[in-house]
Amino acid sequence: MIVFEGVGKRFGGRSVIDGLDLRIEDGEFFVLVGPSGSGKSTLLRMVNRLVTPDSGRILVDGDDVASVDVEQLRRGIGYAIQSVGLFPHRTVGENIATVPRLLGWSKRDIDARVDELLALLRLDDPGIADRYPRTLSGGQQQRVGVARALAARPRIVLMDEPFGALDPLTRESLQSALRTIQRDTATTILFVTHDMDEAFGLGDRVGLMLDGHLVQVGTPLELIRQPADERVREFVGGSRARLRELAIRPVRERMRNEIASGGAAVDIDASLQDALGAMLAQGRDRLRVEEKGRVVGSIALADLVERRG
Amino acid sequence: MTTDVRKAPFLPVAVLCCLGFAAVWLPFLHVAPNRLLSGVARSPHEIVLAVAWLAVAGLAWFIRSRTLAIACVSAMVVALPWLAGHDAGRLLDGAAPTSRVQTGAGFWTMWLAAGLLLLDRLRGLSLRWRAATWAAIALAVLSLAMGGAFGDIAIVREYRAQRGVFIDAFWTHVALSGTTLLLALAIGLPLGAWAWRAKRAGGVLLGVFSFLQTVPSLALFALLIGPFAWLARAWPALGALGFGGTGAAPAVFALVLYALLPVLRYTVTGLDAAPADARDAARGLGMSRWHVLARIQVPLGLPVLLSGLRIVAVQTVGLAAVASLIGAGGLGRFVFLGIGQGATDMVLLGTLAIIALAFAMDLLFQGLHALAEVRA
Repeated sequence: MIVFEGVGKRFGGRSVIDGLDLRIEDGEFFVLVGPSGSGKSTLLRMVNRLVTPDSGRILVDGDDVASVDVEQLRRGIGYAIQSVGLFPHRTVGENIATVPRLLGWSKRDIDARVDELLALLRLDDPGIADRYPRTLSGGQQQRVGVARALAARPRIVLMDEPFGALDPLTRESLQSALRTIQRDTATTILFVTHDMDEAFGLGDRVGLMLDGHLVQVGTPLELIRQPADERVREFVGGSRARLRELAIRPVRERMRNEIASGGAAVDIDASLQDALGAMLAQGRDRLRVEEKGRVVGSIALADLVERRG
Repeated sequence: MTTDVRKAPFLPVAVLCCLGFAAVWLPFLHVAPNRLLSGVARSPHEIVLAVAWLAVAGLAWFIRSRTLAIACVSAMVVALPWLAGHDAGRLLDGAAPTSRVQTGAGFWTMWLAAGLLLLDRLRGLSLRWRAATWAAIALAVLSLAMGGAFGDIAIVREYRAQRGVFIDAFWTHVALSGTTLLLALAIGLPLGAWAWRAKRAGGVLLGVFSFLQTVPSLALFALLIGPFAWLARAWPALGALGFGGTGAAPAVFALVLYALLPVLRYTVTGLDAAPADARDAARGLGMSRWHVLARIQVPLGLPVLLSGLRIVAVQTVGLAAVASLIGAGGLGRFVFLGIGQGATDMVLLGTLAIIALAFAMDLLFQGLHALAEVRA
C-alpha cells in the first residue's frame, strides 16, 4: 500500500506537484497518466526517494519512507525506466541478479530466480543469460529491465514509461506479460505513462495528472463515462472515448445467449473492439461467441451500440 | 596474419621508402678526433643501403604479403645499428684512442624511416602481434649489444665512460616521474571525483589548472625556487628532509601541477563513462553511492582513465628532463650538461634514454588499458 499525504514539490520556484493526496491499495495496478511535464514521474520517484518532497509525506505499508533506510527501502521496491539503464559491462543474468545480490541471496537461489524470470518474460534464446545488453534488441533489453525490477519479488514495483520506446507489437506483448505477472503475484504496481490506451489497457485504476494535480482518479470506465471536467473529457478523447470503452469492455458483458449459426467466432474474454474488428473484417453484423472452444452465444453489431448501464 | 596489404594505403610505404632511399646520401657516420670536435662524414655502404631500400620498396609493392613486409622491415631495424657498429669498428682501426665515430643524419633518418615503416605495416594487427614483433626486435638489438656489436659507436663509448652517473640519473628520472604520477593520482582522483559531482565548482577548478598548464615549465620551476627556499628556512625540519629552493621537492611539486589537469579531466570523463540512465537505475534499485562507484562507474571508466594516464606518464617523463635545471637530477642533466660542453654524444645519450623511458611508459599503460578493456 502506498499513501501520498499532502505531497508537494517545487523545482526552481515552479510548483511541480501541489498538495497531492492518493492511496494505492495492495495488489492494485495503478497507472498515472498525463502529458509530459505534468509531474507524474516526479511523483513516482518520490516513492523510492529518488526525489524528496518539499511538503507532505509518503507511506509505504504504513511507514513514512523518509524514516526508513534509503537503500533498504529501494531494494524492497522494483524499479524500471524507459531508457532501461542496463549495466553495459554486466551480462543479462548479472543485470537481473542485481537486487538479489545486494540482498545477499545464495548463488543457487539467484540462479534459479534468474532462470525463472527469463522464462516468465520469454527471454528464451539459448545462452541469453551470458550475453551482454548491447547484443539484445530494444524489446529484449526492456524485458531484461522488467525482469531486473521483479527479481527480488518486491511487493511494490515502480515503472516509469517502461514501454515508451518500443514498437507497438513488442509493447503489446510486454503489456500483456506484465498484466499476467501482476495478477499472478498480486504485486502492487505504480505505472507512469503518457499513453491513454496503455493506461486504460493496464490499469485497475487510472489517475490523470495535469500540471501537478490529480484531476481525476478512477477506473478506466469512470474516466470515460463520468469525466470530472472538460480537460479530462478532452484528454480521454472526446467523442472517440467510446472507442476506448470498446477496448476495455469484454464480449461477456454484451453477448446474448441465442446461439447464432455460421460465421466466425470470437472468444468470450476478447474485447468488444476485437469483436467489432472481426465484424468489419468479415462484413457480418453477428458473430458466434465461444468459451473455451464451445459456442455459448452470439453478439451483434446492435449490442455494441446499445447503451446499457 | 597474411592480410592483403592492397587494402592498406600504399602511400606511407612509398613516402617512407623514398625518405630512406634519399637518406643514403646523407652522412651515415662521422669520424671525429675526440668527443668535443665535429667529425668528417663517412658513408662506407652507400650502394648496399640504396639497394636494400629499393628491395624493401619493391617487396612491398610486388609481393603484397604483410608478413614478408614486416619480416624485412624488422630485419632492417636491427641491421642498421649493427651495420653502424660494424663500420665504426673498421673506421677506428688504427685511429687515435680519443677518436670517436658518431652516427650521422643518414643513419638516424634511415632508422626512423624503417621504424615508421614497421609501425605502418603493424597497424591493424592485434596488440599481441605488435608487442611480439617489438619484443623480438628489442631482444635482437639487446643481444647484439651484449655481444659488443655497438662498442665502437660514440654514444656507447659515452655510456661506458659515464656508466655510474648515467644509471643514477636514470633511476632518479624514474623516481621523479613515478612520485609525480602517484601524487597526481592521490590528489587528482578525489579532486576529480569532487569536480564531477559539483559541476560548476569543478568547471572553475579545471579552468585554474588549464591556466597553470599554459605557464612555461621553465618559468614555473624558476618561480618555485623562492617559495620553497622560504619554506625550508621557515621550517628547518623540512630543510633537513631535502626540502629547498632547488632539488627534487620543487621539481615534483611543479610536475604534479602539470599532471593534475589531465588527471582531473580524465577522472571526470571516466566517471561520465557510465550512462546516466544506468546510474539512475543503480540508485533506484538500492545501490549505495559507493556501490555505484565501485561496481558501475569504475569498471566502465577505468579504460578512459588509463588512456589518459598514458598521456600524463609520457608528458611527465618529458617534463622531468627540464627539472634537472633546478637541480632535481635525472636524465635531463645529460642533455643540459652536454649542451653546455658541446658534447653531442652526451646530449644524445640523455635524449635517447628519455625517449626510451617515455616509450616504455606508453607501452605499460597501453597494456593496462587493454587489460581493463577486456574486463569491462
